Amino acid sequence: MGSEPIATIARIEMLRREAEVALDAAKGDAALTAWKGEWLGKGGRITSLLRSVGALDAADRPAFGAAVNAASRTLEAAYEAAASSRQADAMASALAAEAIDVTLPGTPPPRGRLHPSTIILRRMLDIFAEMGFQVFLSREVELDDVNFTLLNHPPHHPARDMQDTFYIAGTNEQVLLRTHTSPGQIRAMGAYAPDPIRIVLPGMVYRNEKITPRSEIQFTQVEGLAVGPHITMANLRGTIDGFVHRYYGPNRRTRFRTSYFPFTEPSAEVDVSCGLCDGAGCRLCKDAGWLEILGCGMVHPNVLANGGYDPAVVSGFAFGLGPMRAQMMAHGIDDIRHYWGNDVRFLEQFG
Amino acid sequence: MKLVWSWLSEHVDLTGVTPEHVAERLTVAGLEVDKVERIGDWWDRERLVVGNVLRVLSHPDAERLVLADVDWGAGAPHRVVTGAPNLLAFRDAGDFDKPMKVVFAREGVELYDGHAEGWVKVKLKGRPVRGVMSDAMVCSEKEIGLSEDHDGILILDDDAPVGAPIADVLGDAVLTLELTANYAHASNVVGIAREVAALLDRPFTPPEWRLDDADAVVDASLPAAATWCRVVIDDDEACPRYSARIVTGVDATRPSPAWLQRRLRLSGMRPINAVVDATNYAMLLWGEPLHAFDYDRLKARAVAASGVGASTGDATAASAGAGVVPTITVRRSTPGERMTTLDGIDRALDAGTILITDDAGPIAIAGVMGGAETEVTDATRTILLEAATFHFPSIRRASRDLKLPSESSWRFSRDVPPALIDPGSAVGSRLLAEHAGGRVAPGIVDVHPRPRPAVEVVMPLSEIDRLLGAEIPVADIEAILARLGFTAVVDGDTLAAVVPPHRVDIELPADIVEEIVRVWGLDRLPSVPLADALPAQRENRTQWLEEATRDACVGAGLQEIVSYRMTSVVHEGETVVAGIAGIADDVGAGGDVVDVGDVGGVGHEVGAGGLPAEARYVGIANAISPERSVMRQSMLTGLLDAAAANLRFTDRVALFEVGSTYHWPAGTSPSPSTLPDEPRHVALLLAGPQRADDWRGGEARPMDFYDAKGAVEAVLGALGIDTLHFAPGRHASLHPGRTAVVSAVDADGTPRALGYVGELHPQVRRRWDLPERSIAVADLDLEAIDALAGAIRPIAAFSPYPPVERDLAVLVDEAIPAADVEAAVRAAGGKLLVGVRLFDVYRGPQVGEGRKSLALRLRFQSMDKTLEGASVDRVREQIVRALGKAVGGEVRG
Repeated sequence: MGSEPIATIARIEMLRREAEVALDAAKGDAALTAWKGEWLGKGGRITSLLRSVGALDAADRPAFGAAVNAASRTLEAAYEAAASSRQADAMASALAAEAIDVTLPGTPPPRGRLHPSTIILRRMLDIFAEMGFQVFLSREVELDDVNFTLLNHPPHHPARDMQDTFYIAGTNEQVLLRTHTSPGQIRAMGAYAPDPIRIVLPGMVYRNEKITPRSEIQFTQVEGLAVGPHITMANLRGTIDGFVHRYYGPNRRTRFRTSYFPFTEPSAEVDVSCGLCDGAGCRLCKDAGWLEILGCGMVHPNVLANGGYDPAVVSGFAFGLGPMRAQMMAHGIDDIRHYWGNDVRFLEQFG
Repeated sequence: MKLVWSWLSEHVDLTGVTPEHVAERLTVAGLEVDKVERIGDWWDRERLVVGNVLRVLSHPDAERLVLADVDWGAGAPHRVVTGAPNLLAFRDAGDFDKPMKVVFAREGVELYDGHAEGWVKVKLKGRPVRGVMSDAMVCSEKEIGLSEDHDGILILDDDAPVGAPIADVLGDAVLTLELTANYAHASNVVGIAREVAALLDRPFTPPEWRLDDADAVVDASLPAAATWCRVVIDDDEACPRYSARIVTGVDATRPSPAWLQRRLRLSGMRPINAVVDATNYAMLLWGEPLHAFDYDRLKARAVAASGVGASTGDATAASAGAGVVPTITVRRSTPGERMTTLDGIDRALDAGTILITDDAGPIAIAGVMGGAETEVTDATRTILLEAATFHFPSIRRASRDLKLPSESSWRFSRDVPPALIDPGSAVGSRLLAEHAGGRVAPGIVDVHPRPRPAVEVVMPLSEIDRLLGAEIPVADIEAILARLGFTAVVDGDTLAAVVPPHRVDIELPADIVEEIVRVWGLDRLPSVPLADALPAQRENRTQWLEEATRDACVGAGLQEIVSYRMTSVVHEGETVVAGIAGIADDVGAGGDVVDVGDVGGVGHEVGAGGLPAEARYVGIANAISPERSVMRQSMLTGLLDAAAANLRFTDRVALFEVGSTYHWPAGTSPSPSTLPDEPRHVALLLAGPQRADDWRGGEARPMDFYDAKGAVEAVLGALGIDTLHFAPGRHASLHPGRTAVVSAVDADGTPRALGYVGELHPQVRRRWDLPERSIAVADLDLEAIDALAGAIRPIAAFSPYPPVERDLAVLVDEAIPAADVEAAVRAAGGKLLVGVRLFDVYRGPQVGEGRKSLALRLRFQSMDKTLEGASVDRVREQIVRALGKAVGGEVRG
């Protein structure tokens, strides 16, 4: 009797090897399932070995049982490995079949954009906002008084030659389209006096000029105004420099030149060093080394008085710049008429 | 203003400084130099020299050529072959008895080809001309690049040194200044020389100008000026000072000397003759424009006007006329007055134009242009030389109204200080005597009823630091003001500065501060950030709403455009279709007209609303063209123009614009003190496929009313307005069956109309030549939106439990609006019904004629449990019953 269990354990080993060979041969889901039924299912060839345990000596039974269970566990593990490898292969081939050409065009979501004149205004206003300048909006059809006279341009003053004006019919040239954003200074002072002011005035202005690649009948301006008890021309320079360093770049330099605007005294024009040649002179700056960017000055005492402030106690500065001109220079826009032409082939290149 | 360097150098020492350096200093100090031109910087100093023509001989073999013997300082004279017309005349006339100085060019020099079109440089090479060797030449202005003149050779001044390089004689630089309106004092050589001297801190040498009766050019034997004429100033505001001198015996046909002509030419003025040139030269030097009248014409007019001789013979008339003295009267014109100016044009004058008149009527428009009858001609022998100052705004006005800009009116328009009359008149008279052969009568008639008081500015010294934020040493302040011609005294903390008479732009302490800082160096100002307390911040809803609206439109996939605000009544009229039901035909342009009768619950009109739009247009008095003659009342034309332009090369546009329209308020009309309304709008336009074409196929459907409605909902939703009401409406530009009025309910429960949405009327579409398919537009009034936008609402709770959905197909009459069906569903659904979505509309034989089937997906959800199917079905039954009652709806399936 002693030899029989040993012979039987050998048979377990033989069956296990046979099962492993069969598992290797089983390709595909159906073959794997059939293998599992044949070897490890209820009544499978390994499982059913346990039924013969009754024929063994009681002493041999534990060893035999352990041997069958061990073989069964080994084959289970082999089966699991085979099945998961099979799944991975199937996934891999399924994914391979789903491969796409990633170079085909993407599907654009419907995309809206801002007009370039809005984009540049916002960019400048954002910079001034961080310096504490709030936006103040002001009307476009203005009284001559507010656009000129209260800004220290008396009627028929030659300074009015600087701005060709559209007058409104039926008003005896007393109502006009604002020629600059400066009437907003008068409106703002009216709203703020006697409190201090730190504002920017953006918006559309109008000039009676020929429409050419370089000149338009309407264009945007941004004007700044600060009024308070201790405001100096050095502060004006500090503010302009702050703007220039953020808008044009930290290494750009400014040059202040004396100029003339009726509503500021002293008045200055500001040049920024040319970004292309850094002042050496090139095509962009027409060999000047400098690009003219804005006009500015200390608010004229008459204007402060017209706005309700005492010019002996309060001072202020104002500056005005042309955002479209800056944008044209930056983007190489050679024709200002593109702005109101609204050709989407132009507009879609911004934002 | 063109400034000649060599002229400038007579009044300020320019040794060691370049024109470019001076240009830079002037520019930074407020006198912007636009460009610096070098004259003759390319001239060959060895081969281009002063020559003296000794004699002119016949050419042995050519009728139209001559031989000129030219001494150029190198021993033997050089023989030159030339065809110059101005030498031909001296052929074989023997040796000249006076100098004939010319530009002598030797072989190898580069010159411009005088015969070529334009400017072509060639090298001078020796070659025989008809048998005579020609290896040098005498040059025309064109050949050395001075002007386009090639009619003869250039004759130099007699004292030009023979053999000297031409570069030393004619070489120069010209600075072009862009003078601002305040710098009247710099519109002349003396004024700029004073500036340059101040900037370079070098001495300023004013020209000698005084002319007293002992002067060589004054003929003491002549009667004094006051016996020749009288001057009356009728309006001393119009003319604060008027002077007249008499120069007699002139020959107006004489040319000016070469040096004077050259200065005029380089200054941008054409030399005419010794008389005209004298007045222009004096003006360029001092800034005082002069006018020369033909005195004999004035006299004749005075005699004629006096009536003497009208009934008697000539001889007695002449003797009687001898006692008549012309009277010059300066006055303003009367209404309807006319005069013929020296260009021969008979001009109507605005009342109030300043006129120079004599006994017979106007003889000049002051400061602008002289009259034809008294102008200087070749026959003129005696000149009355006017030097005056006028009310500058009037001169500016006259010169603009008459469109007669000139060097003279440009200066008078910026104010000519009365102090300039003395040097101007003296220099002009002297030049007339010296170059036109005249003799100056003693004295001057000088009427000066309104002398300008000297201006003195007294200010605390601290004012300079207060405005500039920089401390400038007192010594610098005093020195700068002295250099500029001020008499400045510092006493303790007080600065008193007397303004020199040539400055018309200095009145206030701020002006003095600018004078100091521009010379001290504006660029030396420190750059100091603002240190004042930040002003109190203010709410800025106007700005927020505009920008939030733009962002919302961009979020809805729209491209922003910006249109011309100026348009025409006709163009906007093209948006209007006459006879749309419910709208009066006389509504005109401007669009925004809603037939309020059709709009349930909307109690007022939208936008311009129903008034005759023509009268409400804000018109431009001086429009650049009829196409841009009024401010827009409608947002539509801009969008349509942009759509039409773009749809020529693309099939899809989705555009929006945010901006104002302009209207005279109802019941007002234009007046000098009325301002129009500028309500802001947002408007949009959609045309073409809903999305761009795509390689994956599947045609996108064309955009229509519902896309525009969806965009309106998205934009208003983004602004916090989501309880919108769309009611059928009428609009003059839109398809009558596809127009809705958009409204929303405000916090008080009042419905407010916000605008309209609809498809373009086919007639309007055709007028813009747009494709034959739906063009959807919307226009919303931002001022109305303002009342509703941006309200802050508490959030609504949402359930953690799963929703249950039920579909419902409701059969209703075609006339029942979908919104009514949805409202009935919501009313019956109770609080478990959390969503109603219409997902299909079906018409066809299965539902019968005149009926439609609306498929709705209902979503039920409880806040506190998972819903059972049975409880959902009970609510569904309630809804089905309610639909039957409310809208006659019949539920299938």
